[in-house]
Amino acid sequence: MDCGQVIEIQRNYKLALTLLCVIQVNKAASGNNMASINFDNALGLHARALQLRASRAEVLANNLANADTPGFKARDINFRAVLAGEVEAQKSVAVDRTHSGHLAGRSQIDEQLLYRNPTQPSIDGNTVDTQIEKSQFAKNSMDYNSTFEFLSSKFKGLRSAVRGE
Amino acid sequence: MSLTNVFDIAGSGMNAQSIRLNTTASNIANAESASSSVEETYRARKPWFAVMQKEFMAVNEEGEFQQLKGNTGVGVQVLGIVEKDAPLKPRFQPDHPMANEDGYVYYPNVNVVEEMTDMMSSSRSYQMNVEVLKTAKQMLQRTLTLGQ
Repeated sequence: MDCGQVIEIQRNYKLALTLLCVIQVNKAASGNNMASINFDNALGLHARALQLRASRAEVLANNLANADTPGFKARDINFRAVLAGEVEAQKSVAVDRTHSGHLAGRSQIDEQLLYRNPTQPSIDGNTVDTQIEKSQFAKNSMDYNSTFEFLSSKFKGLRSAVRGE
Repeated sequence: MSLTNVFDIAGSGMNAQSIRLNTTASNIANAESASSSVEETYRARKPWFAVMQKEFMAVNEEGEFQQLKGNTGVGVQVLGIVEKDAPLKPRFQPDHPMANEDGYVYYPNVNVVEEMTDMMSSSRSYQMNVEVLKTAKQMLQRTLTLGQ
């Protein structure tokens, strides 16, 4: 790939970005979308995936904190299913508001929390397997880092497109 | 921000484990505290752990705000410290200064072996929470470098 091609690709990217901004502004003007520039479209799935990884870290940290709590059941989320749900939510956005007092918002992952099948349940009803939770937590944090890399490279791409250097 | 919640969760875990470690220390220190009556004798103490539930506000049918508890856990809490109801250990020691009129002294119901295993378990759990905190801190620091 020679220099001329690279510059042309950059120009096209800038053009596409400008187009994106114009579309967003038009959307905002027509009242469909209040945000003037929406990063969601530019960043794709990675921002949502990163949020989900952080939420999963919370769930796993809670399992580990309750490793000695009698009767506590270890929980986790089905990452694939929840991420697929996020994609759906991205398309349809808001939850139903059937009452004037309801607040607008997106459905939380709360109801998608599942219980882990215990391999060695203890006599006090606790189902936390410390080693499993710990390895899952480590894996989740590595996945967080890789998702972060993708997201970071998206930002780098955007920035170099804006600079056009 | 979910990652800052991880700090709270691991912090609550560390707090709970340090309370557990404190009761263990108290139990071992008082394992030989003799007394002349059943009521005055020290009894082994144990913390009571429970899940901390996430709380949120919702509107009920009458249109009033209501505090609800979700099924998501946000850490561990110590509901209280309870005394073990295992029988005390009476010993016949008439020459003991604390002996009652029958010549008996009462020793606490502390099981030192149990306390030692409890101590090891709680120090391990504490370490684990520290590790979780460390990982969450690294993740958050990484996030701050986004786009650099």
